[in-house]
Amino acid sequence: MNRVAVTGLGLVCALGNTVADCWRRAIAGECRILQLRDPGCPPYKFQRGAEAWEFAPLEYFTEKDMVMLERFALLAAKAAREAVAQSGLSFNGELADRTAIITGSSVGGQFTEEEGYLRLYRENNPRVAPLTIPRTMSNAGASRISLEFGITGPAYTVSTACSSANHALGQAFWMVRSGQMTAAIAGGSEAVFAEGLLRAWEAMRVVSTDVCRPFSSDRRGLSLGEAGAMLVLENWDQARSRSADILGEVLGFGMSSDAHHITQPCVEGPAKAMEWALRDAHIPANKIDYINAHGTGTQANDVTETQAIRRVFGVHADTLLVSSTKSMHGHTLGAAGGVEAVLTLLALKDGIVPPTANFTAVDPACNLDVVPNEARGAPVRCALSNTFAFGGLNASLLLGRA
Amino acid sequence: MPERSEQDELGAKVIEVIARTQRIPADSISLNSTFEELKIDSLDGINIVFELEKAFNIEIPDEGAQNLRSVSETVEGVRKLLGLKRQQQTAPSGAA
Repeated sequence: MNRVAVTGLGLVCALGNTVADCWRRAIAGECRILQLRDPGCPPYKFQRGAEAWEFAPLEYFTEKDMVMLERFALLAAKAAREAVAQSGLSFNGELADRTAIITGSSVGGQFTEEEGYLRLYRENNPRVAPLTIPRTMSNAGASRISLEFGITGPAYTVSTACSSANHALGQAFWMVRSGQMTAAIAGGSEAVFAEGLLRAWEAMRVVSTDVCRPFSSDRRGLSLGEAGAMLVLENWDQARSRSADILGEVLGFGMSSDAHHITQPCVEGPAKAMEWALRDAHIPANKIDYINAHGTGTQANDVTETQAIRRVFGVHADTLLVSSTKSMHGHTLGAAGGVEAVLTLLALKDGIVPPTANFTAVDPACNLDVVPNEARGAPVRCALSNTFAFGGLNASLLLGRA
Repeated sequence: MPERSEQDELGAKVIEVIARTQRIPADSISLNSTFEELKIDSLDGINIVFELEKAFNIEIPDEGAQNLRSVSETVEGVRKLLGLKRQQQTAPSGAA
Protein backbone atom coordinates (compact mmCIF):
# COMPACT_ATOMS: atom_id res chain seq x y z
CA MET A 1 0.00 0.00 0.00
CA ASN A 2 1.28 3.42 -0.95
CA ARG A 3 0.57 6.71 0.73
CA VAL A 4 -1.28 9.17 -1.49
CA ALA A 5 -0.26 12.83 -1.55
CA VAL A 6 -2.28 15.73 -2.90
CA THR A 7 0.11 17.91 -4.88
CA GLY A 8 -2.24 20.09 -6.89
CA LEU A 9 -5.62 21.79 -6.51
CA GLY A 10 -7.79 23.50 -9.10
CA LEU A 11 -11.12 25.20 -8.53
CA VAL A 12 -13.49 27.43 -10.43
CA CYS A 13 -16.96 28.08 -9.04
CA ALA A 14 -19.19 30.91 -7.83
CA LEU A 15 -16.51 31.77 -5.28
CA GLY A 16 -13.96 32.61 -7.98
CA ASN A 17 -11.74 31.48 -10.82
CA THR A 18 -8.81 30.19 -8.79
CA VAL A 19 -8.25 28.19 -5.62
CA ALA A 20 -6.84 31.30 -3.90
CA ASP A 21 -9.87 33.44 -4.75
CA CYS A 22 -12.31 30.72 -3.74
CA TRP A 23 -10.57 30.11 -0.43
CA ARG A 24 -10.39 33.81 0.41
CA ARG A 25 -14.14 34.15 -0.09
CA ALA A 26 -14.94 30.84 1.62
CA ILE A 27 -13.18 31.77 4.83
CA ALA A 28 -14.77 35.21 4.69
CA GLY A 29 -18.13 33.41 4.73
CA GLU A 30 -19.19 35.12 1.53
CA CYS A 31 -22.39 33.74 0.02
CA ARG A 32 -22.12 33.78 -3.75
CA ILE A 33 -25.62 32.49 -4.36
CA LEU A 34 -26.87 35.58 -6.14
CA GLN A 35 -29.68 36.80 -8.35
CA LEU A 36 -29.56 34.80 -11.58
CA ARG A 37 -28.95 36.60 -14.83
CA ASP A 38 -32.12 37.19 -16.85
CA PRO A 39 -32.77 33.77 -18.36
CA GLY A 40 -34.83 35.21 -21.23
CA CYS A 41 -37.68 32.81 -20.43
CA PRO A 42 -40.63 32.83 -18.02
CA PRO A 43 -39.23 33.24 -14.50
CA TYR A 44 -38.34 30.25 -12.37
CA LYS A 45 -39.79 29.86 -8.87
CA PHE A 46 -36.26 30.42 -7.60
CA GLN A 47 -34.37 33.57 -8.57
CA ARG A 48 -30.96 32.73 -7.16
CA GLY A 49 -28.12 30.46 -8.11
CA ALA A 50 -24.36 30.11 -7.86
CA GLU A 51 -23.03 30.46 -11.37
CA ALA A 52 -19.26 30.56 -11.88
CA TRP A 53 -19.80 34.32 -12.13
CA GLU A 54 -16.28 35.32 -13.09
CA PHE A 55 -15.51 32.47 -15.48
CA ALA A 56 -15.12 33.91 -18.98
CA PRO A 57 -13.94 30.91 -21.03
CA LEU A 58 -12.18 33.02 -23.67
CA GLU A 59 -9.69 34.15 -21.04
CA TYR A 60 -8.48 30.56 -20.90
CA PHE A 61 -9.50 28.91 -24.14
CA THR A 62 -9.41 29.71 -27.86
CA GLU A 63 -12.45 30.23 -30.07
CA LYS A 64 -11.54 26.92 -31.69
CA ASP A 65 -11.62 25.17 -28.29
CA MET A 66 -15.09 26.56 -27.74
CA VAL A 67 -16.35 24.83 -30.88
CA MET A 68 -15.58 21.43 -29.38
CA LEU A 69 -16.08 22.01 -25.67
CA GLU A 70 -19.14 23.10 -23.80
CA ARG A 71 -19.23 24.79 -20.43
CA PHE A 72 -18.95 21.77 -18.13
CA ALA A 73 -15.90 20.50 -20.05
CA LEU A 74 -14.29 23.94 -20.02
CA LEU A 75 -14.77 24.12 -16.25
CA ALA A 76 -13.12 20.70 -15.88
CA ALA A 77 -10.18 21.64 -18.08
CA LYS A 78 -9.67 25.01 -16.38
CA ALA A 79 -9.58 23.38 -12.94
CA ALA A 80 -7.21 20.64 -14.15
CA ARG A 81 -4.85 23.26 -15.57
CA GLU A 82 -4.58 25.02 -12.24
CA ALA A 83 -4.10 21.74 -10.36
CA VAL A 84 -1.44 20.41 -12.73
CA ALA A 85 0.44 23.72 -12.73
CA GLN A 86 0.57 23.68 -8.94
CA SER A 87 1.76 20.07 -8.86
CA GLY A 88 4.64 20.90 -11.20
CA LEU A 89 4.14 17.55 -12.93
CA SER A 90 4.84 17.06 -16.60
CA PHE A 91 3.59 13.90 -18.14
CA ASN A 92 6.56 12.58 -20.06
CA GLY A 93 7.60 9.01 -20.61
CA GLU A 94 6.18 6.40 -18.29
CA LEU A 95 4.25 8.87 -16.11
CA ALA A 96 1.92 9.62 -19.04
CA ASP A 97 0.85 5.96 -19.02
CA ARG A 98 0.76 5.75 -15.23
CA THR A 99 -1.52 8.73 -14.66
CA ALA A 100 -5.29 8.28 -14.47
CA ILE A 101 -7.94 10.89 -15.17
CA ILE A 102 -11.27 10.30 -13.43
CA THR A 103 -13.89 13.00 -13.61
CA GLY A 104 -17.41 13.22 -12.25
CA SER A 105 -20.37 14.80 -13.98
CA SER A 106 -24.04 14.30 -13.34
CA VAL A 107 -25.51 15.57 -16.60
CA GLY A 108 -22.70 16.35 -19.06
CA GLY A 109 -23.24 18.84 -21.86
CA GLN A 110 -26.75 19.97 -21.14
CA PHE A 111 -26.70 23.23 -23.14
CA THR A 112 -25.78 21.48 -26.38
CA GLU A 113 -28.39 18.81 -25.80
CA GLU A 114 -31.09 21.40 -25.26
CA GLU A 115 -30.01 23.36 -28.34
CA GLY A 116 -30.44 20.16 -30.34
CA TYR A 117 -33.96 19.62 -29.03
CA LEU A 118 -34.81 23.24 -29.70
CA ARG A 119 -33.92 22.80 -33.36
CA LEU A 120 -35.73 19.49 -33.59
CA TYR A 121 -38.92 20.17 -31.73
CA ARG A 122 -39.41 23.92 -31.83
CA GLU A 123 -37.89 24.78 -35.18
CA ASN A 124 -38.79 21.50 -36.86
CA ASN A 125 -35.24 21.39 -38.16
CA PRO A 126 -33.89 17.85 -38.34
CA ARG A 127 -30.31 19.09 -38.87
CA VAL A 128 -28.84 18.77 -35.38
CA ALA A 129 -25.32 20.21 -34.91
CA PRO A 130 -22.70 17.64 -35.95
CA LEU A 131 -20.63 18.09 -32.78
CA THR A 132 -23.56 17.37 -30.48
CA ILE A 133 -22.19 13.97 -29.47
CA PRO A 134 -18.63 14.99 -28.53
CA ARG A 135 -19.89 18.16 -26.85
CA THR A 136 -22.52 16.44 -24.71
CA MET A 137 -20.69 13.26 -23.70
CA SER A 138 -20.10 13.23 -19.95
CA ASN A 139 -16.44 12.32 -20.47
CA ALA A 140 -15.74 15.42 -22.61
CA GLY A 141 -13.89 17.02 -19.69
CA ALA A 142 -11.77 13.91 -18.99
CA SER A 143 -10.91 13.58 -22.67
CA ARG A 144 -9.92 17.23 -22.96
CA ILE A 145 -7.60 16.88 -19.94
CA SER A 146 -6.01 13.81 -21.54
CA LEU A 147 -5.49 15.64 -24.84
CA GLU A 148 -4.20 18.82 -23.24
CA PHE A 149 -1.54 17.14 -21.11
CA GLY A 150 -0.74 14.12 -23.27
CA ILE A 151 -1.85 11.76 -20.50
CA THR A 152 -2.32 8.25 -21.85
CA GLY A 153 -3.36 6.26 -18.78
CA PRO A 154 -6.93 5.24 -17.95
CA ALA A 155 -9.43 8.07 -18.28
CA TYR A 156 -13.13 7.85 -17.55
CA THR A 157 -16.10 9.60 -16.04
CA VAL A 158 -18.31 8.61 -13.17
CA SER A 159 -21.95 9.70 -13.22
CA THR A 160 -23.62 9.13 -9.88
CA ALA A 161 -25.58 12.37 -9.48
CA CYS A 162 -24.33 14.38 -6.50
CA SER A 163 -21.71 11.79 -5.54
CA SER A 164 -20.02 11.75 -8.99
CA ALA A 165 -16.87 13.69 -8.07
CA ASN A 166 -16.44 11.98 -4.71
CA HIS A 167 -16.72 8.58 -6.38
CA ALA A 168 -14.17 9.74 -8.97
CA LEU A 169 -11.77 10.88 -6.24
CA GLY A 170 -12.20 7.67 -4.27
CA GLN A 171 -11.46 5.51 -7.29
CA ALA A 172 -8.42 7.59 -8.17
CA PHE A 173 -7.19 7.40 -4.56
CA TRP A 174 -7.47 3.61 -4.51
CA MET A 175 -5.65 3.32 -7.86
CA VAL A 176 -2.70 5.35 -6.60
CA ARG A 177 -2.70 3.71 -3.17
CA SER A 178 -2.60 0.21 -4.69
CA GLY A 179 0.29 1.16 -6.95
CA GLN A 180 -1.69 0.61 -10.15
CA MET A 181 -1.14 4.29 -10.91
CA THR A 182 1.59 6.76 -9.99
CA ALA A 183 -0.65 9.81 -10.22
CA ALA A 184 -4.22 10.81 -10.97
CA ILE A 185 -6.18 13.90 -11.85
CA ALA A 186 -9.61 13.55 -10.33
CA GLY A 187 -12.61 15.67 -9.42
CA GLY A 188 -15.69 16.84 -11.23
CA SER A 189 -17.44 19.55 -13.17
CA GLU A 190 -21.01 20.61 -13.78
CA ALA A 191 -22.79 23.40 -15.64
CA VAL A 192 -26.44 23.39 -14.64
CA PHE A 193 -27.88 26.70 -15.76
CA ALA A 194 -29.65 25.38 -18.84
CA GLU A 195 -33.38 26.02 -18.98
CA GLY A 196 -34.55 22.43 -19.37
CA LEU A 197 -32.49 21.27 -16.43
CA LEU A 198 -33.55 24.18 -14.24
CA ARG A 199 -37.20 23.45 -15.04
CA ALA A 200 -36.65 19.85 -13.97
CA TRP A 201 -35.14 20.97 -10.67
CA GLU A 202 -37.98 23.44 -10.22
CA ALA A 203 -40.51 20.65 -10.66
CA MET A 204 -38.79 18.59 -7.95
CA ARG A 205 -39.51 21.37 -5.45
CA VAL A 206 -36.20 21.11 -3.63
CA VAL A 207 -34.63 24.39 -4.79
CA SER A 208 -34.81 27.20 -2.25
CA THR A 209 -36.59 30.40 -3.25
CA ASP A 210 -34.27 31.98 -0.70
CA VAL A 211 -30.52 31.37 -0.39
CA CYS A 212 -29.39 27.95 0.83
CA ARG A 213 -29.31 27.82 4.67
CA PRO A 214 -27.94 24.41 5.67
CA PHE A 215 -28.79 23.17 9.18
CA SER A 216 -30.73 26.38 9.91
CA SER A 217 -34.31 25.93 11.15
CA ASP A 218 -35.64 28.18 8.37
CA ARG A 219 -33.88 26.31 5.54
CA ARG A 220 -36.00 25.97 2.42
CA GLY A 221 -33.94 23.82 0.10
CA LEU A 222 -30.79 23.77 -1.96
CA SER A 223 -29.29 26.34 -4.30
CA LEU A 224 -27.85 25.14 -7.58
CA GLY A 225 -24.26 25.94 -8.51
CA GLU A 226 -21.76 25.29 -11.28
CA ALA A 227 -18.11 24.40 -10.85
CA GLY A 228 -15.00 22.67 -12.03
CA ALA A 229 -12.78 21.15 -9.34
CA MET A 230 -9.75 18.88 -9.77
CA LEU A 231 -7.08 17.44 -7.49
CA VAL A 232 -3.73 15.95 -8.44
CA LEU A 233 -3.17 12.79 -6.40
CA GLU A 234 0.32 11.37 -6.43
CA ASN A 235 2.32 8.50 -5.01
CA TRP A 236 3.74 9.91 -1.78
CA ASP A 237 7.29 8.64 -2.33
CA GLN A 238 7.42 10.02 -5.84
CA ALA A 239 6.14 13.40 -4.62
CA ARG A 240 8.81 13.41 -1.90
CA SER A 241 11.58 12.34 -4.25
CA ARG A 242 10.87 15.20 -6.62
CA SER A 243 10.55 17.62 -3.68
CA ALA A 244 6.98 18.50 -4.58
CA ASP A 245 4.97 20.68 -2.24
CA ILE A 246 2.67 18.16 -0.55
CA LEU A 247 -0.60 19.92 0.31
CA GLY A 248 -2.27 17.08 2.16
CA GLU A 249 -2.96 13.38 2.10
CA VAL A 250 -5.87 11.20 1.08
CA LEU A 251 -6.23 8.65 3.88
CA GLY A 252 -9.41 6.76 3.18
CA PHE A 253 -12.58 6.42 1.18
CA GLY A 254 -15.92 4.81 1.91
CA MET A 255 -19.07 4.33 -0.08
CA SER A 256 -22.45 2.70 0.33
CA SER A 257 -25.91 2.61 -1.14
CA ASP A 258 -29.11 3.07 0.84
CA ALA A 259 -31.37 0.48 -0.81
CA HIS A 260 -34.09 2.60 0.78
CA HIS A 261 -35.68 5.10 -1.62
CA ILE A 262 -34.78 6.74 -4.92
CA THR A 263 -34.68 10.27 -3.45
CA GLN A 264 -35.48 10.16 0.28
CA PRO A 265 -32.31 10.00 2.36
CA CYS A 266 -31.87 7.67 5.32
CA VAL A 267 -29.45 7.47 8.23
CA GLU A 268 -27.89 4.04 7.69
CA GLY A 269 -26.38 4.56 4.22
CA PRO A 270 -24.53 7.82 4.94
CA ALA A 271 -23.37 6.42 8.32
CA LYS A 272 -21.97 3.35 6.57
CA ALA A 273 -20.07 5.47 4.03
CA MET A 274 -18.39 7.42 6.84
CA GLU A 275 -17.66 4.21 8.79
CA TRP A 276 -16.10 2.56 5.74
CA ALA A 277 -13.93 5.63 5.13
CA LEU A 278 -12.65 5.43 8.73
CA ARG A 279 -12.00 1.70 8.40
CA ASP A 280 -10.33 2.16 5.03
CA ALA A 281 -7.97 4.69 6.61
CA HIS A 282 -7.48 2.66 9.84
CA ILE A 283 -8.25 5.84 11.75
CA PRO A 284 -10.34 6.04 14.93
CA ALA A 285 -13.41 8.27 14.77
CA ASN A 286 -12.07 10.62 17.44
CA LYS A 287 -9.20 11.71 15.17
CA ILE A 288 -11.65 13.43 12.83
CA ASP A 289 -11.87 17.12 13.67
CA TYR A 290 -13.93 18.45 10.77
CA ILE A 291 -16.63 17.23 8.40
CA ASN A 292 -17.45 19.10 5.23
CA ALA A 293 -21.08 17.98 5.23
CA HIS A 294 -23.23 17.14 2.27
CA GLY A 295 -25.47 19.78 3.92
CA THR A 296 -27.76 20.58 1.02
CA GLY A 297 -30.15 22.74 3.02
CA THR A 298 -33.16 20.51 2.35
CA GLN A 299 -35.31 19.57 5.32
CA ALA A 300 -34.61 15.88 4.93
CA ASN A 301 -30.87 15.81 4.20
CA ASP A 302 -29.72 17.97 7.06
CA VAL A 303 -31.64 15.99 9.68
CA THR A 304 -30.57 12.56 8.44
CA GLU A 305 -26.96 13.68 8.00
CA THR A 306 -26.93 14.97 11.59
CA GLN A 307 -28.28 11.63 12.80
CA ALA A 308 -25.75 9.71 10.70
CA ILE A 309 -22.88 11.78 12.12
CA ARG A 310 -24.17 11.17 15.67
CA ARG A 311 -24.45 7.45 14.98
CA VAL A 312 -20.86 7.19 13.72
CA PHE A 313 -19.16 9.56 16.15
CA GLY A 314 -21.19 9.14 19.35
CA VAL A 315 -20.16 11.69 22.00
CA HIS A 316 -17.31 12.91 19.76
CA ALA A 317 -20.01 14.42 17.51
CA ASP A 318 -20.28 17.23 20.07
CA THR A 319 -16.65 18.24 19.59
CA LEU A 320 -16.62 17.91 15.79
CA LEU A 321 -16.82 20.95 13.56
CA VAL A 322 -19.31 20.37 10.74
CA SER A 323 -19.94 22.91 8.00
CA SER A 324 -21.70 23.04 4.68
CA THR A 325 -19.83 25.22 2.21
CA LYS A 326 -22.77 24.75 -0.19
CA SER A 327 -24.15 27.79 1.64
CA MET A 328 -21.59 29.81 -0.34
CA HIS A 329 -20.89 27.99 -3.64
CA GLY A 330 -24.23 26.25 -4.02
CA HIS A 331 -24.85 22.59 -4.75
CA THR A 332 -22.65 21.86 -7.72
CA LEU A 333 -24.11 18.34 -8.17
CA GLY A 334 -21.60 16.15 -10.00
CA ALA A 335 -18.77 18.53 -9.05
CA ALA A 336 -19.71 18.79 -5.37
CA GLY A 337 -17.24 16.21 -4.07
CA GLY A 338 -14.43 17.95 -5.94
CA VAL A 339 -15.23 21.48 -4.75
CA GLU A 340 -15.63 20.31 -1.18
CA ALA A 341 -12.48 18.16 -1.21
CA VAL A 342 -10.47 21.23 -2.28
CA LEU A 343 -11.96 23.36 0.51
CA THR A 344 -11.54 20.57 3.07
CA LEU A 345 -7.90 20.15 2.14
CA LEU A 346 -7.30 23.86 2.58
CA ALA A 347 -9.01 23.72 5.98
CA LEU A 348 -6.49 21.04 7.00
CA LYS A 349 -3.56 22.90 5.50
CA ASP A 350 -4.34 26.34 6.92
CA GLY A 351 -6.07 25.30 10.16
CA ILE A 352 -9.19 27.31 9.30
CA VAL A 353 -12.63 25.77 8.99
CA PRO A 354 -14.90 27.51 6.47
CA PRO A 355 -18.32 28.34 7.89
CA THR A 356 -21.91 27.42 7.14
CA ALA A 357 -23.05 30.79 5.78
CA ASN A 358 -26.62 32.17 5.87
CA PHE A 359 -27.24 30.51 9.22
CA THR A 360 -30.01 32.21 11.17
CA ALA A 361 -31.51 29.88 13.78
CA VAL A 362 -30.71 26.55 15.42
CA ASP A 363 -32.77 23.54 14.41
CA PRO A 364 -32.85 21.14 17.39
CA ALA A 365 -32.82 18.27 14.86
CA CYS A 366 -29.47 19.51 13.50
CA ASN A 367 -27.74 20.10 16.82
CA LEU A 368 -24.09 19.96 15.74
CA ASP A 369 -21.47 22.71 15.81
CA VAL A 370 -22.09 23.83 12.24
CA VAL A 371 -19.61 26.73 12.40
CA PRO A 372 -22.31 29.31 11.74
CA ASN A 373 -21.44 32.26 9.53
CA GLU A 374 -17.84 32.80 10.64
CA ALA A 375 -14.78 30.72 9.83
CA ARG A 376 -13.10 29.13 12.82
CA GLY A 377 -9.38 28.76 13.44
CA ALA A 378 -8.85 25.14 14.53
CA PRO A 379 -6.01 22.67 14.19
CA VAL A 380 -7.68 20.09 11.96
CA ARG A 381 -5.82 16.76 11.86
CA CYS A 382 -8.20 14.73 9.74
CA ALA A 383 -11.44 15.55 7.97
CA LEU A 384 -14.24 13.88 6.06
CA SER A 385 -15.94 15.24 2.96
CA ASN A 386 -19.42 13.78 2.45
CA THR A 387 -21.63 13.49 -0.61
CA PHE A 388 -24.96 11.67 -0.70
CA ALA A 389 -26.63 11.35 -4.10
CA PHE A 390 -30.16 10.88 -5.35
CA GLY A 391 -30.46 7.19 -5.91
CA GLY A 392 -29.17 6.63 -2.38
CA LEU A 393 -25.47 6.61 -3.29
CA ASN A 394 -23.14 7.80 -0.55
CA ALA A 395 -19.44 8.61 -0.59
CA SER A 396 -17.12 9.91 2.09
CA LEU A 397 -13.52 10.92 1.50
CA LEU A 398 -11.07 11.07 4.40
CA LEU A 399 -8.30 13.66 4.11
CA GLY A 400 -5.35 14.41 6.35
CA ARG A 401 -2.76 17.11 6.88
CA ALA A 402 0.54 16.76 5.03
CA MET B 1 -80.91 11.39 -8.29
CA PRO B 2 -79.65 14.08 -5.95
CA GLU B 3 -77.24 16.50 -7.52
CA ARG B 4 -73.69 16.13 -6.24
CA SER B 5 -72.36 19.04 -4.24
CA GLU B 6 -69.43 21.07 -5.48
CA GLN B 7 -67.45 19.68 -2.56
CA ASP B 8 -68.16 16.07 -3.61
CA GLU B 9 -67.14 16.80 -7.15
CA LEU B 10 -63.91 18.38 -6.02
CA GLY B 11 -63.15 15.34 -3.87
CA ALA B 12 -63.92 12.98 -6.73
CA LYS B 13 -61.68 14.91 -9.11
CA VAL B 14 -58.77 14.95 -6.64
CA ILE B 15 -59.19 11.21 -6.11
CA GLU B 16 -59.24 10.70 -9.87
CA VAL B 17 -55.92 12.60 -10.20
CA ILE B 18 -54.34 10.60 -7.38
CA ALA B 19 -55.55 7.33 -8.90
CA ARG B 20 -54.20 8.24 -12.33
CA THR B 21 -50.76 9.39 -11.15
CA GLN B 22 -50.36 6.46 -8.75
CA ARG B 23 -51.74 3.89 -11.19
CA ILE B 24 -54.18 2.59 -8.58
CA PRO B 25 -57.97 2.09 -8.88
CA ALA B 26 -59.97 5.17 -7.85
CA ASP B 27 -62.30 3.01 -5.76
CA SER B 28 -59.36 2.05 -3.54
CA ILE B 29 -59.11 5.70 -2.46
CA SER B 30 -61.49 7.45 -0.11
CA LEU B 31 -61.55 10.92 1.37
CA ASN B 32 -60.42 9.36 4.63
CA SER B 33 -57.35 7.65 3.15
CA THR B 34 -53.97 8.75 4.39
CA PHE B 35 -51.02 8.86 1.99
CA GLU B 36 -49.31 6.32 4.18
CA GLU B 37 -52.17 3.85 3.70
CA LEU B 38 -52.02 4.46 -0.05
CA LYS B 39 -48.21 4.00 0.01
CA ILE B 40 -47.74 7.51 -1.36
CA ASP B 41 -44.35 8.91 -0.37
CA SER B 42 -42.98 12.44 -0.75
CA LEU B 43 -41.77 11.86 -4.31
CA ASP B 44 -45.20 10.50 -5.33
CA GLY B 45 -46.61 13.59 -3.63
CA ILE B 46 -44.63 15.88 -5.94
CA ASN B 47 -46.04 14.01 -8.90
CA ILE B 48 -49.60 14.30 -7.61
CA VAL B 49 -49.20 18.01 -6.89
CA PHE B 50 -47.86 18.57 -10.41
CA GLU B 51 -50.95 16.88 -11.91
CA LEU B 52 -53.31 18.74 -9.55
CA GLU B 53 -51.84 22.05 -10.68
CA LYS B 54 -52.62 21.10 -14.27
CA ALA B 55 -56.08 19.67 -13.57
CA PHE B 56 -57.28 22.69 -11.55
CA ASN B 57 -55.11 25.38 -13.15
CA ILE B 58 -53.70 26.43 -9.79
CA GLU B 59 -50.23 26.92 -8.37
CA ILE B 60 -49.42 24.96 -5.23
CA PRO B 61 -46.58 26.41 -3.14
CA ASP B 62 -43.61 24.14 -2.30
CA GLU B 63 -44.31 24.25 1.44
CA GLY B 64 -47.89 23.10 0.94
CA ALA B 65 -46.81 20.40 -1.47
CA GLN B 66 -44.35 18.94 1.01
CA ASN B 67 -46.80 18.78 3.89
CA LEU B 68 -49.63 16.80 2.34
CA ARG B 69 -50.35 13.65 4.32
CA SER B 70 -53.90 12.63 3.35
CA VAL B 71 -56.56 12.84 0.68
CA SER B 72 -58.74 15.13 2.80
CA GLU B 73 -55.83 17.55 3.35
CA THR B 74 -55.20 17.56 -0.37
CA VAL B 75 -58.86 18.28 -1.19
CA GLU B 76 -58.91 21.03 1.42
CA GLY B 77 -55.72 22.58 0.02
CA VAL B 78 -57.08 22.55 -3.53
CA ARG B 79 -60.39 24.03 -2.33
CA LYS B 80 -58.58 26.92 -0.63
CA LEU B 81 -56.42 27.63 -3.67
CA LEU B 82 -59.46 27.58 -5.97
CA GLY B 83 -61.19 30.02 -3.61
CA LEU B 84 -58.18 32.33 -3.71
CA LYS B 85 -58.11 32.14 -7.48
CA ARG B 86 -61.79 33.03 -7.68
CA GLN B 87 -61.24 36.01 -5.36
CA GLN B 88 -58.36 37.25 -7.50
CA GLN B 89 -60.40 36.92 -10.67
CA THR B 90 -63.34 38.88 -9.26
CA ALA B 91 -61.23 41.55 -7.53
CA PRO B 92 -61.36 44.91 -9.29
CA SER B 93 -58.17 45.50 -11.21
CA GLY B 94 -56.07 48.62 -10.79
CA ALA B 95 -57.60 49.33 -7.38
CA ALA B 96 -54.33 50.76 -6.10
